[in-house]
Amino acid sequence: MKKLLLVLLSLILILSLAACGNDQGEEPSAEEELTVGFIYVGPIGDGGWTYAHNEGRLYLEENMNVKTIYKESVPETQEVEQEIRNMIDQGAEAIFATSFGYMDYIEKVSKDYPEVAFFHCSGYKTTENLATYFGRIYEPRYLSGIVAGLKTETNQIGYVAAYPIPEVIRGINAFTLGAQSVNPDVTVSVKWTSTWYDPAIEKEAAVALIDEGADVIAQHQDTTGPQQAAEERGVYSIGYNTDMAEMAPEAYMTAPIWNWGPYYVEQVQNVIDGSFESHQYWGGIEDNIVELAPLTDLAPDEAQEKIDESKTEILNDELLVFEGPIYDQEGNLKVEEGQNLSVEEMLNMMWFVEGVEGNIE
Amino acid sequence: MRMIKRERISKKDAFRIRSTAIIGSLILSGLFIFFLGHNPLDVYLSMAKGAFGSIYRIKDTINIIIPLIMTSLGIMIAFKMKFWNIGGEGQILMGALFASYFALNFSTLPKPILLFVMFIAGFIGGGFWAFIPAFLKVKFQTNETITTLMMNYIALNLITYLQYGPWRDPQSLGFPKIANFADSATLPRLFGIHIGWIITIIAVVVITIFLNKSKFGYEIKVVGESQDTANYSGIRVNRVIIRGLIISGGICGIVGMMEVSGVNGTLTNHVSAGYGYTAIITTWLSGLKPAFIIPVSTLFAGLIKGGGFIQTAYQIPQSAADIIQSMILFFVIGSEFFIQYKIVPDRRNAKGGEVNVS
Repeated sequence: MKKLLLVLLSLILILSLAACGNDQGEEPSAEEELTVGFIYVGPIGDGGWTYAHNEGRLYLEENMNVKTIYKESVPETQEVEQEIRNMIDQGAEAIFATSFGYMDYIEKVSKDYPEVAFFHCSGYKTTENLATYFGRIYEPRYLSGIVAGLKTETNQIGYVAAYPIPEVIRGINAFTLGAQSVNPDVTVSVKWTSTWYDPAIEKEAAVALIDEGADVIAQHQDTTGPQQAAEERGVYSIGYNTDMAEMAPEAYMTAPIWNWGPYYVEQVQNVIDGSFESHQYWGGIEDNIVELAPLTDLAPDEAQEKIDESKTEILNDELLVFEGPIYDQEGNLKVEEGQNLSVEEMLNMMWFVEGVEGNIE
Repeated sequence: MRMIKRERISKKDAFRIRSTAIIGSLILSGLFIFFLGHNPLDVYLSMAKGAFGSIYRIKDTINIIIPLIMTSLGIMIAFKMKFWNIGGEGQILMGALFASYFALNFSTLPKPILLFVMFIAGFIGGGFWAFIPAFLKVKFQTNETITTLMMNYIALNLITYLQYGPWRDPQSLGFPKIANFADSATLPRLFGIHIGWIITIIAVVVITIFLNKSKFGYEIKVVGESQDTANYSGIRVNRVIIRGLIISGGICGIVGMMEVSGVNGTLTNHVSAGYGYTAIITTWLSGLKPAFIIPVSTLFAGLIKGGGFIQTAYQIPQSAADIIQSMILFFVIGSEFFIQYKIVPDRRNAKGGEVNVS
């Protein structure tokens, strides 16, 4: 036993020495380059939301001489506050926190570290050194709705969604309006999961929607769970966050997707130049931060043409997605003909358009 | 081969087994780290530095040590009676829930009074949650390991229900979050750490004295040694179990109060953070002695904090960091087994047919 230990111990020592040769500089040190911290709500392998942000981080590392650190699966509790403090303790001078529920905590921490630049994705609270950033994902969601509206035969689309907050509701409404633009009879049924990240629960919710008659599944979730449900049940699906074609090759048609990299590069450059200012960024298709993933062969034939048309209209500001007349679920006129929702109204949207089945609660 | 319980073990042997286990765990996880592409020695050093390397990190680690010590103290009282309280997690949650009720609804009370009320409420919440399985045990001889464990899930889902439903902050625009506590419901800080650390030190002293000097402490010991002896000597066993469990759960409940008030500033279903389960291990490893709970909890808090640190410092995935922690844990717990038992060759199957009587 002792001999075995001795052998193993010397083995470790040798391995350590061998590793020393090429692993220099991994320990956080006070070097010149800027350290940027990323906080993720799920694991980077989720194939969705966190994966997309991590792609942005890798893009940042590729294009700039900065050091990035990240932490996965940080819950939306006080733990995020600790994590941010830890990152600053490890030298981070810019922090990107990528989930809505981090809002109150990051707001609090930002006041303790005025010299650090904070960026919060999808929130609405800012401070002197806390900016928010998000994209008009409702634009590509509208486009993905067109694909779903053309594809469905039962005229019933299932939508697996995380929480009834304005961000998610806005997406469901845009998707529904897109589907109705090509298929006025379509209804969109919503199932809440009360989680951003839970592959099993997300999948279950999708299965339930399919059992109720949906033949196209869309999602506002971080994983590919709903895609797998569609794949297994032989129906079609619209993904979210990233191109999910590989996860469900027999179901997936397209997805509204994120492209965070350029924004990260731009902002980190600002931090380096000392020109960082608090802001509320909300870019759209024209800024390239959001887009619609390429259609697969499963998408209906006429979809591409219809999408190109609508996309051009969005780029020319001819199509604003939330332009009247729009009715709510009870049939009340919410947006009059010729009117459209202001940014404020979109950011606080807490009602469903006509054709959505489900409750906000 | 078979196992024999050791009569006693010399200090030297115990030390040998423990150090072999620790070296073994470091070697095995070292191999794992090497295959992840890092230098094991650097990573270990970094883990230690991440947990204790600066004043800030020590403070952060103390924030984990506090609930671990307190929960271990609570669980220990039950374990001393051989009542296997696996319900620390649920008792923490219920203490947090009871305390939060007052924090949310009586925030206009003066701070010292409100905090005192929350403290008592936390004790009652946790004590109540431990009373139920204790009552079931003495009345119907139900298996307490199962009932206390199940009570954890009830508590967890109760809080989840409140967080998503009746207690949801109306200002959160649909996001399931309970409102942040007012300042009057927040534990003050001393030296940058919420004053739970003072409560913890007091608790260690009080419980040590209580167990060693008081009549009730003695009764707990006797019930743990043998219920028959306890009965024979006129101790009302059932009453001791129920009272002991209320204290056990109550202390866990105080942990819940300290976590919502001192750390989280609100109630969430993450508030117990697994302390109730980790404390089972720390309690066991400390040999049910309050004085040993402190170093063991410190070590575990360091493991948790250091494990988190290497994730960001080396970009080791969370699951890999968890594996390293669990490997170390596995060896440490394993060594306790070999301290209690020894393995001997089974001579019954040998040719001589000699039966080993031990």
